[in-house]
This record gives sequence, structure tokens and C-alpha cells, in this order.
Amino acid sequence: MADTHSVIGTKNKKGQTFTDTWKMMNEAPRTPSFYTGSEVIKEALRRASCDVMIAYPITPQSEAAALIGELFAEGYIGDYFRGESEFAVMSQCAGAAFGGARVFTTTAGPGTMRAMENFPMWSGARLPIQMIVTCRGINSPLSIQPDTLEISYLLNTGMLVWHAETAQDFFDWILKGYMVSEEPDVHLPLALCCDGFFVTHTKDVVNLTPADMCLPPYDPYRSPVPCMDMECPPVRMMRDPFVMKSNYISYATHASWQQEVWAAVERSRKHTIRWINGLIETENADAEVLIVASGTAVSQGREAIRLLEDEGIRCGLVKIKVLRPWPGEEIREATKNAKHIIVPEFNVTGWLAKEIRATIPNSERVNAGPRVCGGMTMPPEIIVSEIKNLLGMRTMSLAGRGS
Amino acid sequence: MSKERIKISEDLYDIMPSDYQDLVKSATYGKEDRGWKDIGNSKELIEQHSLCAGCPESMAFRYILASLPNPEDTVMVGSTGCTSLVFPMVAVHNIHSLFGNQNAIATGLKRALSVRFPGRTKDVVVLAGDGATVDIGLDMTLQAWFRQEKFTTICFDNELYANTGGQESGLMQKGFVAKMAPVGKLFDKVRLPEIARESGCHYVIQCTVSKPSLIEKVVRNAVMIAREIGPTYLQLYTPCILEIGKNSMEGLQEMRDSEKPTERFAYREYISEPAKQLLAEVSAKDKEKKAAAKQLASQGA
Repeated sequence: MADTHSVIGTKNKKGQTFTDTWKMMNEAPRTPSFYTGSEVIKEALRRASCDVMIAYPITPQSEAAALIGELFAEGYIGDYFRGESEFAVMSQCAGAAFGGARVFTTTAGPGTMRAMENFPMWSGARLPIQMIVTCRGINSPLSIQPDTLEISYLLNTGMLVWHAETAQDFFDWILKGYMVSEEPDVHLPLALCCDGFFVTHTKDVVNLTPADMCLPPYDPYRSPVPCMDMECPPVRMMRDPFVMKSNYISYATHASWQQEVWAAVERSRKHTIRWINGLIETENADAEVLIVASGTAVSQGREAIRLLEDEGIRCGLVKIKVLRPWPGEEIREATKNAKHIIVPEFNVTGWLAKEIRATIPNSERVNAGPRVCGGMTMPPEIIVSEIKNLLGMRTMSLAGRGS
Repeated sequence: MSKERIKISEDLYDIMPSDYQDLVKSATYGKEDRGWKDIGNSKELIEQHSLCAGCPESMAFRYILASLPNPEDTVMVGSTGCTSLVFPMVAVHNIHSLFGNQNAIATGLKRALSVRFPGRTKDVVVLAGDGATVDIGLDMTLQAWFRQEKFTTICFDNELYANTGGQESGLMQKGFVAKMAPVGKLFDKVRLPEIARESGCHYVIQCTVSKPSLIEKVVRNAVMIAREIGPTYLQLYTPCILEIGKNSMEGLQEMRDSEKPTERFAYREYISEPAKQLLAEVSAKDKEKKAAAKQLASQGA
């Protein structure tokens, strides 16, 4: 059964010290390092006390998944292998998590879609698996370019969904993500998303925690459901399986469990706020013009704000870090004075703008765009242009528009 | 473990369900020579089930659960289908997640248990129907074997999709008229036992569940070989009496008819060289034990 003594301060087989996560993340010295996003994922995993990582090649996450294989070869990961497809990989992750392991995987675009059947199962089975999603196009014709449409499909799975802007977010959130996911009153999988290539394949300065410190191991007995390892009594789960029954008690059981999963998503709120300092971040939120965005659209928004400042136009920023649980209250508060809310997005449907419109009063204030997709970049100038148009100002004509 | 992990606190004993009390009193966890003969004089690891009256699958379930060599450290993985109606009543940990992903789940599970419990035996046994094993889950079935994952795959072959009402499956016989095969199935029964051998399974058995002693033997062998060497596969004929138009009492005869030497479920086995060696060692040890016991008995007498 579960150990009752603390492992904090003891060493693992690689000589790393199991460290209180709060101290490791907030008090330990940090070393600035110049790394690609993929390398940052590896460095986070080096410190994550991960039991099982399962890999599958798909651009743009292949490099990160392979680098974690190197960590396994060095002895930092309990087990590691390449699965046969994303559907299988996500089921293998489930099997490992059912067996009480701390599990990590990475995927992207069509892989996320292929694996989709697993995600509500993960949540329903309360498996705190962490999955990195390096977003890319899912449309046909085939595309490997950045595009965030796949995130919208994850929003109703019962998973926690976070959207990193930078490699620094990634490093910190991978480690902190486990702390939120593994709380007994949460115990849900986390989809930690980023915009492929923009984050995975660019280099950035990232402040790393000491390599000789690592997270405390996962304790599978701090779970709201039994760990499937025959270390606790094998209770008969139910008299008749509910799938057989078309009656009130069966419906009520399913309904209450779904409600419980979403209640657990809600309960993650307090832990998330504590660990990553709020579900959103704001700058100049009192401005009449606000850019509200997630992922690298936030970075482009920052640039646009700088360009607008040069022209004397004041514009604020809301960075949405967490999509599930949805920061509705925070967004209502942050946007209460805004006359224009600009939502730049890297996808064709504008799912984030729809979420925001459904959240705030006077939703006609929301301008669903600019949007780019299919791998297009989003020059800050098009955000500037969108804002000036909204303010009734003349804008430079963009090439090819003919205006 | 014997029954250490399932014992009940004295203060709570009287409020525990009687079937759990029975488990503690007379189940066969930890009994080294457990087998099908325990059925009837000890608590089975399966409670009531909601399968049809006379379903051969329910017999198979009982024999398998009575024969697992190490139930106190065995985790089973199921899939969607008639088997998933039984698993909630089974007294070993078991996982149902999706339809067809059972060998992927078992892969992750076995690896996690190996990481978490180094040096301890934790057996993993997959038990799923033929739709899950051969149709929707075939890639994961085979890939687990290619990778030499150390667990047992048991397929309840009823030659159709029973739980959804008798549709064509890959293991159905050619020509059989069923739902979704309105003019009869057009291709041969998939030869999974042969594929299993070619895919790296070390112990492959095809048989019916008409003889409990045979099921006991093949289940024990399969689990022990999987534990020590690599993947093993049992394909057991558990006819769906409902869908082939038989009565509750006719399941056993259907199996006996189908296992005749010329019939499609004639007993077939494949055992790899390393597995043969292991079985020989196990059998030699058993003989030694029996001889020692005999000697003790004769000395006593």
C-alpha cells in the first residue's frame, strides 16, 4: 500500500533530489538557457519523475518525443516505447495510468483527432495523464503547418486544457501541470497545448530549474478511483453493468459521473490559480481597446500593441492561459470597460471568439479576428489594421486587397 | 498475498456484503494448486452475471477465473461486448476502457506494473471477444505481439458480434448468413492462431471450453509463459447459442460437435522452443513436489 513516509530530500537513481514542487518551481535558482521548444519539453521531463512515456512520430512533436527517448536511455524515465498509432498510444497511456504510473505523451493535429475517442475515456476514468499538443493543421489537403483548430475539439472532453504562449510557459506548466492534475479532488488528464513550430522549433531563452531537482513521484493511492494494481481490494463495482440497463438509476449514475468529471474540472480552478498565478494575465486592462488571445496570438498581440503605442493608440491585452476550466469570471472582469475586444486566432472558425462572446455581456464588442489558418503567420500589422478599422481610422492598404 | 489485502476490519465486518465476506472466507487467492475443481467448494472470483442462461461464455469465465495461477496479483483487461457485462462482477482488478484497444491498454498496464513493482509478479490477462480481438482491435492485438509484450490474450470466439445482435465478424465462418452478411459471409474465417504464431506468440491454443481441465491447463500455461517469455494467445470457442439458434441446454453439445478432429475447433496448439523448455521445467518441478509429498506421506504412514 501507499508509503506513509516522505521522499522529499531523498535521491532517485539518477542522483536527483525529490524536491517539494513549490520550492523547486518558485524558490530554487533558475539558469537561463537557450533552447528550442522541443528541447525545453525534454528538460521539463528530466525533472518530472515520469514513469512511462509513449511516443509516436508526427510533425511537429516528433523531435520532443524522440528527445524524451534519450532521457529514457539515460535512465530518467521508467519506461518508453513507440506505439503503433495515436489511438493505440493514448490507450497505452491509459493502461499505464490505470496501473498507477505518472504518464506523459505528445501528439499533434491529425494524431490528436485519431486518438480522440480516448480523451473522454481518460477523463471519465480519472487518469491524470499529461499530453502535449503541438497544434498543426487537421484539414485536407494535408498540412503540417501551425493551426489551432484541434484545440476546439478538446474543449468538451473533460480534460484540463491549457494553452502555452512561450517555451517558458511550457517548461513551468509541464511540471506544475502534474501538480494540478494529480490533486485528489481533480485527478484529470491535462492537454497542454502550444502552437506547433512557433513554439517547438524556435529557440528562446528559458529559465530552467536545477537539473538535480525533480518532482516527488506520483502517488496513485491519492486518487478518487482505485488503482488497477491489485494492491487494494478488488471490489465488485456494481451489481449489473449500467450499459445493460435502460432505467432511471442507470441514467442517473451516468449523469452524475459526467457531472462529477466537470465538477472536478471546476475544482482544478483553485489549484491552477495558485500554481500558475491565475487563469489569465492582463496588461492595461482599463484600455478601451483590448486584445484577448491565447497561445502565440498573444505574442503577436503584444507586438501590435507596441506598434499602436507608437501611433498614440492605447490598447490592452488579456492572455488566456487556461481554456478548461474556462476563465469566464476573469474575462468578464477584465473586459468590463472595453469597447472593442479583438480576438486574433490561428484557426478558421474562431472558436476562442465564440467562447468569449458566450461569456461576456454586450458581446457585439467582440471582433472575431483577425484570423489566419493553414500555417499562415499573423503579422502584427494585420492586428493593427483590424483595430484601426474598428476605430474608424484609415489604414495602410494591404498588398493584394485592392483597397 | 493470500487474503491479506482483502480482509475486512472487524468493526465493519457485519455491514460488508455477504459475497465479499464469502470472498474473504473461502476464495482461493494464494492457493498454489487452485483450479476448476475449486468451483463448488470455494468462493468463485465471479459473482452473478447477466449473460444469457446457458451461455458457454459464462462457463469459460468461471473456468478461467478458477485457473489463473496468481489471481491476487493479476489484473485483467476487457473490451466492449458480452464480456464487459461480466467484468464488473469479477474479484480481480479489471479495466474496461474502449472497444478494441484492450491489447494497447494491457501494454501500458503491464509496463507500468513492471516499473512500479520491480521483482514482483504482476500478471496481465486480456479477455475480449472476437470482434474486439480480430476486427476493430486487430492492429493493437498484433502490435502487442510484435513487441513481445508479456501478457496473455484470450479471445472468446463466438464467430459473430453477439452483444450488438449477431452481426458478421472476421472470425465468422464463410457462408454463414447473419446481420450485415445478408447473402452469407463472403470470405474465410480469419486464421488468427496461425497469424499469432507468425506474430511472435510463444503459446497459441485453439479449443472449445467443453473441458474445464483443458481450460485450466492452457490458462495456467499461457499465463506462466507470458510472465517469463512473451505473448501468448488462447482462442476459445464460446458459441453464442442465441444467435446460432440453439437452446440454453445445447451449448455444451455444440462445442463437442465443433471440436471433433475434422471440425474447425479441433484442438490445435503451437508452443515455441523457449516455452517448451519452460513448461518442461515447470512440469519437472511439479513432479519433484509430488514425489516429495508422496515420500512424506509414506513416511508418515
